[in-house]
Amino acid sequence: MLRLIATRLLSLAITLMAVSLAIFLILEVLPGDPAAIMLGTAAREDTLAALRLEMGLDRPALVRYLEWVGGILHGDLGTSFTYKLPVSTLVAERLAITVPLSLLAILISTALALPLGVAAAAKRDGPVDKAVLVFSQLGVAVPNFWIGLLFILFFSTYLGWFPAGGFPGWAGGIVPAFKALLLPAVALALPQAAVLTRVTRSATLEVIGADFVRTARAKGVDRSATLRRHVVPNALIPVTTILGLQLSFFFGGAILVENVFNLPGLGRLAYQALAQRDLIVIKDIVLIFAGIVIVVNFLVDIGYALLDPRLRSRS
Amino acid sequence: MRGIMRLRPNTTLVVGGILTAILIATALLSLVWTPELPTRVRVAMRLKAPLENGFLGTDHFGRDVTSLLMAGAWNSLAIAWPAVLLGAAIGTAIGCAAAAWKGIADEIAMRASDVVFAFPAVLSAIMIGALVGSGPLAAVLAIAVFNVPVFARVTRGVALQIWTLDYISAARALGKHPIKITLQDVLPNIAGALIVQVTIQLALAILTEAGLSYLGLGVRPPNPSWGRMLSDSQTYLSQAPWLAIAPGVAIALSVLGLNLLGDGLRDALDPTLRGRGVPA
Repeated sequence: MLRLIATRLLSLAITLMAVSLAIFLILEVLPGDPAAIMLGTAAREDTLAALRLEMGLDRPALVRYLEWVGGILHGDLGTSFTYKLPVSTLVAERLAITVPLSLLAILISTALALPLGVAAAAKRDGPVDKAVLVFSQLGVAVPNFWIGLLFILFFSTYLGWFPAGGFPGWAGGIVPAFKALLLPAVALALPQAAVLTRVTRSATLEVIGADFVRTARAKGVDRSATLRRHVVPNALIPVTTILGLQLSFFFGGAILVENVFNLPGLGRLAYQALAQRDLIVIKDIVLIFAGIVIVVNFLVDIGYALLDPRLRSRS
Repeated sequence: MRGIMRLRPNTTLVVGGILTAILIATALLSLVWTPELPTRVRVAMRLKAPLENGFLGTDHFGRDVTSLLMAGAWNSLAIAWPAVLLGAAIGTAIGCAAAAWKGIADEIAMRASDVVFAFPAVLSAIMIGALVGSGPLAAVLAIAVFNVPVFARVTRGVALQIWTLDYISAARALGKHPIKITLQDVLPNIAGALIVQVTIQLALAILTEAGLSYLGLGVRPPNPSWGRMLSDSQTYLSQAPWLAIAPGVAIALSVLGLNLLGDGLRDALDPTLRGRGVPA
């Protein structure tokens, strides 16, 4: 088990290094002169030179890369070019929206998908199964930002139950903050719930076909107890894997949904940074998003090695 | 019983095929005919409700929504197709190489695809947009990048199975080069799986393109796109709510059609996927 964690940790470190290197190459080396990109074509030569000096572009790329990564390890993400603030401050404020939003969306998605998927598989081709299949096909096809728009149209403009967008901040209490996050979270969750429902359904069907399920039934364990005790726990393994992989879709979706609901989250910051050509901020945010995805998938990997003895390497 | 099951017409395939055919036909038709010129601004006609002016009404510039939707279908496919094909070509080549040489080549290819997987397509688009300027090129590249690891993994998975078959061992024993085996024996046998994947990825690409153009990272104005129609509609949500409906329905139906087509093709190509229910 320890050896498994050690190899996984090593591969995690290598992956994170490769990702940071790729981001650095794309945003700092490939453009040739990042300062020219940030200031645009109309920039004067002395302004350009000043920015180059500020960004340390006179030094070799390798040195700059090591400084960037070294800084991140110390919690120093550099200074935003447009906001003139430490990127770590900007990011910390935004994470207080994006992380709760994504967690809420994952929670809603799982809470919908698990029962629906298991119920559909339990009575294959029954009415529940057919309804679930229709839900999952439609859910996958509908863009999350459109669901967001329709929610605003119905719940905010028409019924006036929810704010049409914006975020009151956590200081004003949990309830208004939660209210501002609920519609975006549901919009973000629905398409992913559709995917997860399909995965849960087919994982459950696969386990239902296994010999130990037939044995349990032959032993006299009733249907619902078989499902609860033998089928569902085993079906959860592939479901967890997909949930880990979905994280990158939740983050990608968050960028869109934050823009629909005008939430000042990390995704919106990334989008604004692109509009302002603030490469320093873009570089950090891309790394943070990708880093979280990689680390969470590492934890999922380790997690089910702990849960499932079959996946542990024998030492 | 099984024989009868197999004879049952695959409704998924038919419905998906029809929806996809409508999408492609609309896109092609928009090149030669739309009810109005999609870019024609008519200030006097702005924000007219459906049927009041044109079938689906007009937008804030007085442009005909039906014509915008039709032209949007073409622009959506014009981004999605090249992006998926580019991603599929690179990914399939990587997957084939990984399956043919295994070992280190395989390990590197799979770890690299893990790295690419960590980037959501919208994030890649922002990064590539910073590099080449946001626009159709950035959108195509971002969607293609996202597709590379998908195809690398799918190809590797099915190709590895083919490589274990006896006739491949025979070909190798005869001294046939791995590249020749890949081209002549492996690729024709995995083509079905790849076509299914292309269909499904096209659906995802249309969805992603809509998201990117919603953010303004796709086709540039005044070229119409479904995503931007939705983002424009947001400003006039209380005055002209219908503007927020049609483009979303168009996106959803296109994605639904391609997904159903993909599922239907998979079932048609692999009838062994049918499982069993809980033993009663």
